[in-house]
Amino acid sequence: MSARNFVFGALVLVSVSVLAVAAQQSGAPQAKPFKDPTRSQSGQSQDDGQRVFKQNCSRCHTAPEGFSPSISGTIVRHMRVRASLSQHDEEALLHFLNP
Amino acid sequence: MLRSVFSLKNRPAAHAIRYLGLALAVATAHPGFAQNTPLISGGAGFFTSTDSGNTNYLPIVEPLLAAPLGKHVLVESRAALLESFSPNGGNKPGYNHMHSIGLVYLQGDYIASPHFTIVGGYFLIPFNTYNDRLTPIWIGNFQDVPLILSLGILSSGSGLGGMVRGNAIARNKYTIDYAYFYSTRSANEQFSAHRGNGGRSTLYLPEQRLELGLSYDRLLQGTHENFYGAHAWWESSDTGFRLRSEFARGHHAQGYWVEADYRMQAFGGADSVIGRLEPVFRLQQTFRRDTVVSDGLPPVNTQRADFGLDYNLPHNTRILTSYARQFSATGDHNVWETGIVYRFLFPAWKGKQQ
Repeated sequence: MSARNFVFGALVLVSVSVLAVAAQQSGAPQAKPFKDPTRSQSGQSQDDGQRVFKQNCSRCHTAPEGFSPSISGTIVRHMRVRASLSQHDEEALLHFLNP
Repeated sequence: MLRSVFSLKNRPAAHAIRYLGLALAVATAHPGFAQNTPLISGGAGFFTSTDSGNTNYLPIVEPLLAAPLGKHVLVESRAALLESFSPNGGNKPGYNHMHSIGLVYLQGDYIASPHFTIVGGYFLIPFNTYNDRLTPIWIGNFQDVPLILSLGILSSGSGLGGMVRGNAIARNKYTIDYAYFYSTRSANEQFSAHRGNGGRSTLYLPEQRLELGLSYDRLLQGTHENFYGAHAWWESSDTGFRLRSEFARGHHAQGYWVEADYRMQAFGGADSVIGRLEPVFRLQQTFRRDTVVSDGLPPVNTQRADFGLDYNLPHNTRILTSYARQFSATGDHNVWETGIVYRFLFPAWKGKQQ
């Protein structure tokens, strides 16, 4: 094994990273947050919950495709311990999973 | 090196089933509230690995149980049931097989305050990120765990004792969370643990999607040893790109890994045929600090590059494929791996309607 092989590996990693970000930025419009004055408090909670999910849960795993509402509270409590969520984030996530 | 983390837990099946049954009995002794019904989750997978021309097969099931009790308690447990098939050595035809059923963790969590959770039982050691966040088969991007995983996790990966954890500070701009544990020594087959203590602290910047953490723990039996760890994760807020990395240093060796994955959302979204593709790449190196090989790392300096292509099928099913080239003074070799994982998640029983 020579150092040259791993310099090559590191270059591949950097190249993949740059290409991935560049392809995404050029290929798809970026979602821009906006304020909707007619948005209800419930809608804001949904956004808040979605933010909590994206920033905490999806750091490790993708969202499961569908589950019974009867376990949404258990999932959120499990996530609260695993991801050290705050109480506010726990409530927002619960509302997001079970509106 | 198929799922080498599980080879640490080859224990009699009867004990594991008994303890898991006990956990289930405790959980089911309390009626579930609407939304708080106990759940059974986990993954079932079938993996193959071809290393230096030898192909191994690994069917595996990892069930997870989580059951809330009242408003502040959660009982949770995960087990691993596997059967590994590997070719007979010495030019003999046929395959040898070995089964293993073991608890990965079984713990009770008491949410004492918004910033403070007390954990008791058999828990995953919170050192760096991989051991307690990425080991489930339905989460990991590769079949193989990183070469440095065994540093800092006190041999079995789990501790028997207590832990406190939670978020110390939670602001819109940043959060800081912590975990501190103490584990006692246990030679019990199902609760194998070493005496030690340590912890982890993590800073997360939500706007930048950047996570930085430091870990430390100390083995308090035999030759006392310190382990140091650091991790950095970053994910783009508007693309499907994610970068994870860890560094760990032990008394006899050290190393790092860097992993990148990208979900191709640019081509019709994450759920399109192309968007379900997920290229992954991992680079890792280990370095020996002396010739004492007691930490599970390779006996000589080793470098490895993994190139993977995963496909996220509908219905919580995922196909993992990868090719790796490992370089060391004892010889270079290739590792080809394929696998399929199904993730399940359902209530333990039909919950009451609100």
